[in-house]
Amino acid sequence: MRRFFFFAPIVLFIVLLAAMLWGLNSERDPGALPSTLIGKPTPEFSLPDLHTEETVGSSILTDGKPKIVNFFASWCIPCLAEHPLLFGLAKEQEIQIVGIAWKNKPDEAKAWLEKHGNPYRTTLYDLPGRTGIDWGVYGIPETFIIDGKGKVALRHAGPITPDILSKKLIPLLEGLQQ
Amino acid sequence: MIRALFIFILTVGLFQFSLAFGVSPDEMLDDPALEQRARNLSQELRCVVCQNQSIDDSDADLAKDLRVIVREQLLAGQSEAQIKSYLVDRYGEFILFRPKFSVHTLMLWIGPFVVLFLLLGGGIWFYRSRSKGVSALSDKEEQELSDILRVGSEEPK
Repeated sequence: MRRFFFFAPIVLFIVLLAAMLWGLNSERDPGALPSTLIGKPTPEFSLPDLHTEETVGSSILTDGKPKIVNFFASWCIPCLAEHPLLFGLAKEQEIQIVGIAWKNKPDEAKAWLEKHGNPYRTTLYDLPGRTGIDWGVYGIPETFIIDGKGKVALRHAGPITPDILSKKLIPLLEGLQQ
Repeated sequence: MIRALFIFILTVGLFQFSLAFGVSPDEMLDDPALEQRARNLSQELRCVVCQNQSIDDSDADLAKDLRVIVREQLLAGQSEAQIKSYLVDRYGEFILFRPKFSVHTLMLWIGPFVVLFLLLGGGIWFYRSRSKGVSALSDKEEQELSDILRVGSEEPK
């Protein structure tokens, strides 16, 4: 018993230290929400194409090839920050990126893409934002990796950085494309 | 002068506090009973953008959308439980201020009581062991003691 009281504070201290170190880890974002969609099929959607106004359904995500779905908007500053990386991603990984302009007027989204370039194979727009809500979007940009069968493999909330691209997205995409 | 300023700041502060609601009049339902249900439900739902506010309090764009969804679904005759599960499907249980009691929320629900129990138990044990005082010597100790004393008192031979 005496021995227990001798070691208890030391053990408690180590536990506390571990908890604090975990809390200080700068890569941990306490505000990040895990997606409820991982491993599940994407929610059904039916959205107008930004350029042709034709209605596009969720079946475009199930053609057997992995895809990226990227929610963006012309009013979203971090979207502009990640925008240049999307070109490299589409080209180097030979992956189709579907862009969804979220809560964005089509004219504004179109003008933004004309100004900064268009990395998307298909661009849709979700003016009321309901499709985004179905996907659990809570702040854009948000990027989803979809496997060839239309199931969500990964969700990244927030802008893509070169670090996230090389550590998270590309390894997963290479795994899916094999 | 300073007093007047103080009263001014206090008044403005209180006034602003009373305005600190996210709900705008155009969202409200005509039926006051249904609107009250929407308000009550909204206060149980976390704004996923600003995380420590309910969607009822929050001014965030997404919170407004979710308030409108809550009202649409109430109008369509959905129950509170159905609306909650609709939102949990999309945003996870984090959206509920009172998550369901299940294995992964167990620590959240019973954690404080476990800590309280351990502290109380430890405290009681500590005070009891202290108030017990010095216990009487065992037979063996008594023997040892008298041996030592005898050694000291004996005359050298």
